[in-house]
Amino acid sequence: MKLLYFAWVRQKIGRSEEELNLPAGITTVASLLDYLRRQGPGYEAAFQKPELLRCAVNQEHARFDARIGPNDEVAFFPPVTGG
Amino acid sequence: MSEIRIQREDFDPGIEIAAIQSTAGDVGAIASFIGIVRADDKMQAMTLDHYRGFAEREIAAHVAEARTRWPLLGVRVVHRVGRLVPGERIVFVGVASSHRGAAFAAAEFLMDYLKTRAPFWKLEEREGGATWVEARGSDDESVKRWRDP
Repeated sequence: MKLLYFAWVRQKIGRSEEELNLPAGITTVASLLDYLRRQGPGYEAAFQKPELLRCAVNQEHARFDARIGPNDEVAFFPPVTGG
Repeated sequence: MSEIRIQREDFDPGIEIAAIQSTAGDVGAIASFIGIVRADDKMQAMTLDHYRGFAEREIAAHVAEARTRWPLLGVRVVHRVGRLVPGERIVFVGVASSHRGAAFAAAEFLMDYLKTRAPFWKLEEREGGATWVEARGSDDESVKRWRDP
């Protein structure tokens, strides 16, 4: 799975993207988020308030209950602010 | 035709306007808008972050919506990303139609969308540090007036 982070999510985690071998049992964005927040202090800081985050699966807006699979591209970012 | 570009480099408004006219057919009106970075509250620079692919797709959906509302012959959106300082051009919107009413209205519709809901994130630099701009309320007046009653 390809993970992408933008704006302060990227800054807190310290990287803009990474590859993840999706662990068994993670089938939704919400469960992925729960897994990621336990991957270190940067992740904890980025994901501690999911209500501040938005996500996209394969470049389309998605809800946290959206189902995901090993070949998906999942992005996490704050609400957009316009240009 | 519609063209949407997101790029780091500056653009030449004259070239963009000429390109709209040359590709749009029997044009009677072209309305264009150029946005420029302001030094509000002593802002020294802003850096725009975007999600390549996703951003183009989101903007394209709104260009398509503009085309359903008005009879447009050409639409061109150029948005810059990366670090910009006050005085620099940041966005270009150009709309061609047979008559000025549709061109003015569609250009304003697209700019209201781009300013409030386009998929960008802004980091503003001031003396003392840089901060990410928080999203405005979704009921922003400039966007609300385009919704059906």
